[in-house]
Amino acid sequence: MTPSTSSAITLNINGEKYLLPVDHRTTLLDALREHLDLTGSKKGCDQGQCGACTVLVDGRRALSCLQLAVAAEGRVITTIEGVADGDRLHPVQQAFLDLDGFQCGYCTPGQICSAIAVIEEHAAGWPSAATDDLRPDAGVPALGAEEIRERMSGNLCRCGAYVSIVQAVARAAEAAGSEDKEAVA
Amino acid sequence: MTTTTRGAAVTGAVGSAHTRVEGRDKVTGAARFSGEVPFAELTHGWLVLSTVARGRIRSVEDGPVLAMPGVLTVLHHENAPRVDIDYMGMLGRPNPILGIFQHDRVPFAGWPVALVVAETSEQAREAAEALVVRYDEEPHDVAFRAGRPDAYTPQDSPLVQAETEKGDLEAQLAASAVVLEAEYTTPEEHHNPMEPHAATARWEGGRLDVIDSNQGSTWVAGELAQLFSLDPASVRVRSEHVGGAFGSKGLSPHQVAAVMATTVLQRPVRVVLTRRQMFSLIGYRSPTAQRIRLGADADGRLRALDHQAQSLTSTVYEFVESSAVLGRVMYDADAHHTLHRLVRLDVPTPTWMRAPGEAPGSFALESALDELAEKCGMDPIALRVRNEPGTAPVSGLPFSSRNVLACYEEGARRFGWAGRDPRPGLRREGRWLLGTGMAAATYPSGVGPSTAAVTAEPDGTFTVRINAADVGTGARTAMALVAADALEVEADRVRVRIGDSDLGPAMIAGGSMGTRSWGWAVTIAANELRELLALGDGIPPEGITARSNTAEAIGALAQQERHSFGAQFAEVAVDEDTGEVRVRRLLGIFAAGTIVNPLTARSQLVGGMTWGLSMALHEEAVRDQASGGHVGADLVGYHYAAHADVPVIEADWVDDPVPGDPVGIKGIGEIGIVGVAAAIANAVWHATGVRHRNLPIRPDRVLRAADEARRRAAGGARGA
Repeated sequence: MTPSTSSAITLNINGEKYLLPVDHRTTLLDALREHLDLTGSKKGCDQGQCGACTVLVDGRRALSCLQLAVAAEGRVITTIEGVADGDRLHPVQQAFLDLDGFQCGYCTPGQICSAIAVIEEHAAGWPSAATDDLRPDAGVPALGAEEIRERMSGNLCRCGAYVSIVQAVARAAEAAGSEDKEAVA
Repeated sequence: MTTTTRGAAVTGAVGSAHTRVEGRDKVTGAARFSGEVPFAELTHGWLVLSTVARGRIRSVEDGPVLAMPGVLTVLHHENAPRVDIDYMGMLGRPNPILGIFQHDRVPFAGWPVALVVAETSEQAREAAEALVVRYDEEPHDVAFRAGRPDAYTPQDSPLVQAETEKGDLEAQLAASAVVLEAEYTTPEEHHNPMEPHAATARWEGGRLDVIDSNQGSTWVAGELAQLFSLDPASVRVRSEHVGGAFGSKGLSPHQVAAVMATTVLQRPVRVVLTRRQMFSLIGYRSPTAQRIRLGADADGRLRALDHQAQSLTSTVYEFVESSAVLGRVMYDADAHHTLHRLVRLDVPTPTWMRAPGEAPGSFALESALDELAEKCGMDPIALRVRNEPGTAPVSGLPFSSRNVLACYEEGARRFGWAGRDPRPGLRREGRWLLGTGMAAATYPSGVGPSTAAVTAEPDGTFTVRINAADVGTGARTAMALVAADALEVEADRVRVRIGDSDLGPAMIAGGSMGTRSWGWAVTIAANELRELLALGDGIPPEGITARSNTAEAIGALAQQERHSFGAQFAEVAVDEDTGEVRVRRLLGIFAAGTIVNPLTARSQLVGGMTWGLSMALHEEAVRDQASGGHVGADLVGYHYAAHADVPVIEADWVDDPVPGDPVGIKGIGEIGIVGVAAAIANAVWHATGVRHRNLPIRPDRVLRAADEARRRAAGGARGA
């Protein structure tokens, strides 16, 4: 018997189910780009160093180039193609567009997916290396520029758009924060 | 419906902020880059690179690999289609690395020796990694250092004048009250655009069709036609979205490999470079060793300026990193000498990288000016103002415009330079020593011939066709604004098509020449169309089109020195116990002609300054002398600035009208990086009292310098 080198798997991506046969060596990133024509997730290094392939897996940011597609079965995957609400851009996307938080646009899907998760991680009270007060009862740290820079540092941008990316993330976080307050009120 | 532009004339698009016309596609992931266009029957090519730095290929053992699942072919020097590399291209003779698989010689580590093509990328990759290539190895030499005895002065080329000289240097140095002599080095640096180079080639209806990521598809199509001896009209290259380039996206082996393979297989072939392969295949910035001698009167007036810059090139092709050109524009002196020297090594050929020449050159010269200011007891800005030339120091030609003084003034005002205590090592905040520094910046404002077509459509919209490349500059948006003003219509009525060699020849996106070159062609065509429409004959179904070609107008340009200028300011904090240098803020003020789109222009200038920060503190490719290859050829081994490295960076500009210039646009792609590393190094001196003349300013260098300074101080105390 020859050992099988491929499997038929089902992936849950952006709310759709995709049944596809994949080579066991295929990464989640290549499954998206080469098999499902979801080319929004980018391949900048293919070894987990640049962040361009960042997607959300079960709501948390993940490098899709470092995951095998077969291991992503059963997970809820959101890519850049799935973050907008129909024609209405996600607030992070809108802020990137308005504040010119990109130049060539190649790192942008990864930056945006990462930023969406950063805002949620921060709201959930997760500290970062830039957080001054790490005591459990310190509460949610302020999401200032230093916090955003630290939390976004896994996403490289060679055009050097960092300054406006940080502004865009701050603006989107502010909008998300005020929405939360409205919801509470 | 027929619409003319008579009546409500609208202008003012140029100079007002517009978000990118393709921006929505880029934030939603809809924009397709070159490796992302699907084709039926697509195959995947994977390059195999040499593991030795010099020698001959003894054998490529392709038999076992051809038997692997999915493998379609293995191309190498014994079976690949022949190409012609003996031609004169748009930018000169081709780099011989385009002649892949033509012979058995290996001139450096990472030279392409084979291409494996398979049905899937996984199969191609595994087969490429399994391919055994045997070599007859020869000794190699990759050691770049100052003063190598085999350094030579290259011949002048249309791109670089090797040497300029006026006056008696030694006599003027001897007559100078203050003399500074110093050596500076910059390391090998790599472009590393986020999108790896990728090309998909196929034969379609008798034409070669290539989807590529490049800085100029006219250029790439022309070279591919030459290489493969094809009728230029039978080659089409498209490059709609480009994920960063910075000088690296011209002709590279991947395009040639893809065309060879599709010709052999008669199926579409995609070749994507890996990040690691980019370190040896696409060019890089040469390391430099620069020696500067300045002689001045006590009041800072320069008597002597000598800038000698050594860089490296490969054994197969000559490229000069023109680091010594800055002084030809910036500062006059009674005796003035600039010289480039080259060393040939068993390494890949360097190429243009953001502000080629000026980026490393400004680190040396603008650091030296700061050292001279210290010796003269002068403010660094005052020293530069004192040496402001009336006409260009070397050519003697007038400047088209030169508003660098306004940059100093506005920069000093905004940065808070007035009242700065020039003495080093005095300001402390906790563990941090604080300092400020500045530097001047300049970059040429060149132009290249371009054609454009502007069409008035029956529905009242306009279509601009110009074979520009948008490498992240916002070229589409800029051309829409330029056309809108010439047509006197709102910018949202103008759509722009770029990135397709079938649109007709145009200048590349490079050397800060794109927007000036394309903008000129678009303006001429749009002006002519506006006049045609003014006749009011109505618009037929096929529209009315006006065309332009700037070749003649460029030839008629007055002989002038055309450059952008700027002033860079930096504030740093240095921890002498850990060696860490943090840039706290950067400010750049530029005089760069008409700024077409302030939103994207600011991004581009800030991006250049971010590169300058990265160059000052982080970037350095390390070559292993034993293997001749790189240590850590990836984005961890080669760190460039990440979010956490980059503080508040501000870029702005002063008015810079260019009298008599037909375009007024100068170009801003390069100037943002120029001078930044010097401003940071000067600020580190101001913080610590230690001069850093070798980039990057790594923690170990800061620590060693601080130790030496402490030892000297202790020794001096004992001696006293």
